[in-house]
Amino acid sequence: MTNVAVHLEGQQSLQTHAHDALASGATHTKGQQHPIKLYLVVWGWLFVLSTCSYLVDYFGLQGYLRWSLILLFMVLKAGLIVAVFMHMAWERLALAYAILLPPVLVLVFVAIMVLESDYTHLIRVIFFAAAT
Amino acid sequence: MTDAALTSTVEPLARPQGWRGIAADWSSDQRAFKNVSWGKAMMWIFLLSDTFIFSCFLLSYMTARMSTTVPWPNPSEVFALTIGDTKIPLILIAIMTFILISSSGTMAMAVNFGYRRDRAKTAALMLATAAFGATFVGMQAFEWTKLIMEGVRPWGNPWGAAQFGASFFMITGFHGTHVTIGVIFLIAIARKVWRGDFDVERRGFFTSRKGHYEIVEITGLYWHFVDLVWVFIFALFYLW
Repeated sequence: MTNVAVHLEGQQSLQTHAHDALASGATHTKGQQHPIKLYLVVWGWLFVLSTCSYLVDYFGLQGYLRWSLILLFMVLKAGLIVAVFMHMAWERLALAYAILLPPVLVLVFVAIMVLESDYTHLIRVIFFAAAT
Repeated sequence: MTDAALTSTVEPLARPQGWRGIAADWSSDQRAFKNVSWGKAMMWIFLLSDTFIFSCFLLSYMTARMSTTVPWPNPSEVFALTIGDTKIPLILIAIMTFILISSSGTMAMAVNFGYRRDRAKTAALMLATAAFGATFVGMQAFEWTKLIMEGVRPWGNPWGAAQFGASFFMITGFHGTHVTIGVIFLIAIARKVWRGDFDVERRGFFTSRKGHYEIVEITGLYWHFVDLVWVFIFALFYLW
């Protein structure tokens, strides 16, 4: 049993080693290699989106239109940065899901705190108003 | 031999893709992140934990703002600047945003030139990124000084809800600290690139391990994250 395990391990590391010798040049020098133009295009888009979100404030849009536009531009910018600048679009899904799913769960926390602060606000309105 | 096997980022066999790939990568007691080195994986995991820290700050700001009965100061007016004779709303913050985005652009290109082993361009772009970052911190210092002169304190301000100051100093202060650390990190790595440490495989001062151009990408991950956090702060604190 142990013999088999050792044998298998030996074979595997041999295989890895052989593969290393072949591919190390390719993977190590290349890494994440994409055309510069892609970064420039994303850079341009980030400028456009930032200008748009600034204009939302400049023109003084209010209410749900303001909030939805702010969130839309925010999500688009964040998506571009993570996907292209941080190369998440080219990583294996095992990494992408491990890193990107947990922050999404923060939304549950957001929901809890929205309920909580609505409650606090209500109590403050009722009791602080009564005191004055 | 063992060292090569441990730090190897190459897989002997083609891995399945999609959902099947996730199951295959995570199961059977293997290393889960197949083609990602430990350095990069650790930076991602650190950034994930940092995400939670900033989430907590933004959440506490949201809770304070939603539950207060006193009106929240209007950030559009608080952060307005008078240039010439016209008062432009939020202009300083907009400029800071563009500076940080530009620094992300130069960083992304530095990573690219790093993998092409172009020492001069990589180091120059990293230093440009650091310069943008230092400019950002300088503008933030100006902003803080202006607000403190106008009477903003963590416990109160002249315009409305007392929690405004505490939220502002906590969130932007923590972000500014991250930018400052990033600038130092960038300069340190740019120096190594410039000196050619990764070409002659010089061993590191602390780790005694051979460095690699991948560190440029790892530094880049941190820097882009700082920019990413600013996207959220800009939207949720300054624009909301």
